[in-house]
Amino acid sequence: MAAQTIRGRRGALWTRKAASVLGTVAITFLGLLFVTFLIGRVVPVDPVLSVVGDRATQAQYDAAYRALGLDKSLIEQFWIWLTKVFQGDLGTSNLTTRPITQDIARVFPATLELATVSIIIGTVVGIPLGVWSAVRQGRPIDHIVRVIGLVGYSAPVFWLGLMGLLLFYFKLDLISGPGRVDIAYEYSFTPKTGLFLIDTATQGAWDAFGNVLSHIILPASLLGYLSLAYISRMTRSFMLNELAQEYITTARVKGVPEWRIIWVQAMRNAAVPLVTVVALSYANLLEGSVLTETVFAWPGLGMYLTNSLQNADMNAVLGGTLVIGAIFVGLNMFSDLLYTLLDARTRKRS
Amino acid sequence: MSLLEVENLRITFPTRTGPAEVVRGVNFTLGHERLAIVGESGSGKSQTGRAILGLTPQPGQATADRLSFDGTDLRSLSARNWRRLRGTRMSMVMQDPKFSLNPVMPVGKQLMEPLTTHGTPKREAKRRALEMLEAVQMRDPERVFRAYPHELSGGMGQRAMIAMMLVSEPDLLIADEPTSALDVTIQIEVLRILDRLVADRGMGLIFISHDLRLVSSFCDRVLVMYAGRVVEELNAADLHKAQHPYTQGLLNCLPQIDEDRHPLPTLDRDAAWAG
Repeated sequence: MAAQTIRGRRGALWTRKAASVLGTVAITFLGLLFVTFLIGRVVPVDPVLSVVGDRATQAQYDAAYRALGLDKSLIEQFWIWLTKVFQGDLGTSNLTTRPITQDIARVFPATLELATVSIIIGTVVGIPLGVWSAVRQGRPIDHIVRVIGLVGYSAPVFWLGLMGLLLFYFKLDLISGPGRVDIAYEYSFTPKTGLFLIDTATQGAWDAFGNVLSHIILPASLLGYLSLAYISRMTRSFMLNELAQEYITTARVKGVPEWRIIWVQAMRNAAVPLVTVVALSYANLLEGSVLTETVFAWPGLGMYLTNSLQNADMNAVLGGTLVIGAIFVGLNMFSDLLYTLLDARTRKRS
Repeated sequence: MSLLEVENLRITFPTRTGPAEVVRGVNFTLGHERLAIVGESGSGKSQTGRAILGLTPQPGQATADRLSFDGTDLRSLSARNWRRLRGTRMSMVMQDPKFSLNPVMPVGKQLMEPLTTHGTPKREAKRRALEMLEAVQMRDPERVFRAYPHELSGGMGQRAMIAMMLVSEPDLLIADEPTSALDVTIQIEVLRILDRLVADRGMGLIFISHDLRLVSSFCDRVLVMYAGRVVEELNAADLHKAQHPYTQGLLNCLPQIDEDRHPLPTLDRDAAWAG
């Protein structure tokens, strides 16, 4: 009976927490929209000129000016933009003349796929490396891991990318070069989700799958390495902190095997802050790495945003920024919720 | 045969200025009795307790001419045999339940660990854990079993800790300042529970404390440590016969209600005692 009440109360606490997180998210998102909009209006770019060109007559200019709604007040403009955003209309790109949402739906999966494979590599390799280095603190392996991390931290990504291409693609011919897939395979599957690894696998196009994999492996390893550098460093310091706690001694007194002490007792505690580290690394990757995408001719969000910015395509820039902002907010919310699952102390009581 | 024999126990920590010996040749034997080790901070009393459990923190080194537990030589024990011994036959209650309990694990799960780790089935472990919670006088064992450490008060936490360390019915319990982090009113209560459980089960107890009076009220024998050595060994009843000036100093520095002790005497520390 008593047990049931406790479980019931925990459930209620969780619902309340989720509701309050959602409330925070709504407010944050509204703020994000406003700031994004403001930035779009204050940059010294004349959106009318980029529509009508610099040889337009004054009458044409004025017509376009009104058509874009620039004669209305800033608040009015924001309101119009806001209602359109909520209807899923981010405007049209001046550059591609397509709706921004379509453009983003095209470029975002490329970034999503690359970022996801990268963060998997970064986490699966980075966390064990960090733990290993913490457990063997001060020994050779600890120094090796820290140097690996330091190199990942400081080497410029475009240089690593070019060197990687030179070695593995050009010299050793182990992998495929820039791009997401070779032309030969491009039409052997339908890009339903835009995530080529999933599309090829679900459609049984295994040759194409292998080709997609050989394309993604180098840029993903590279970005994975960069996040690994960060994740392993943070894991190491969180684990060192946990391993020095008294409850670790308690576990040893109880005769708990060392692997359980490290991976269950200490890791459960270190996992709490690690969630944020991994979520933020993932968010950073989802932003799209301009340099990596350029080096590997990867048609992702980073490249799209850079192009739009260089061509003063403000609608596209706003749309892209909005997507990135939404990802950050969403991942933060997700890690907040994970926190409450992992650490009972963060469950607020009424 | 005695439960624990310690001969010439020495613990050294390497420092930048050379090795520092924090325990310097401690000898004692322990039967199924209650032994107190008393001394000030840094006297080596806690390190003595940890060395008996093989838990001298890295990079410290413990050596002894003899360190045997119920006939087993502890000095050459493999890591695996240490684990078999700890949690089943010897255990330790630590100072502050706020730090000595894992904050993200429910109390019950931690309580079952000494049993499940050594092969007791889960159902059986849970039954015994709940029994043990009742034995340390928890009002609602089921609720405490499900609670997280931060949901318990200090006194409850320490009783849970005691339950956890006694659930596997060890032969030797080391209590390292088990009441120092608690309120004075709760100290007595926790001590009474500990005392009764130890007496009922007939186990050996090493009670580490800085409080000579407290300890003498429910231990059989007292070891007084100073600067890594045992300076005096006494029966608790003969505390007033203490010979060593350090022990006398410890006894004298307590305020007394019917006497004017102004100013309170300070502890004398003679370098010769450490030699």
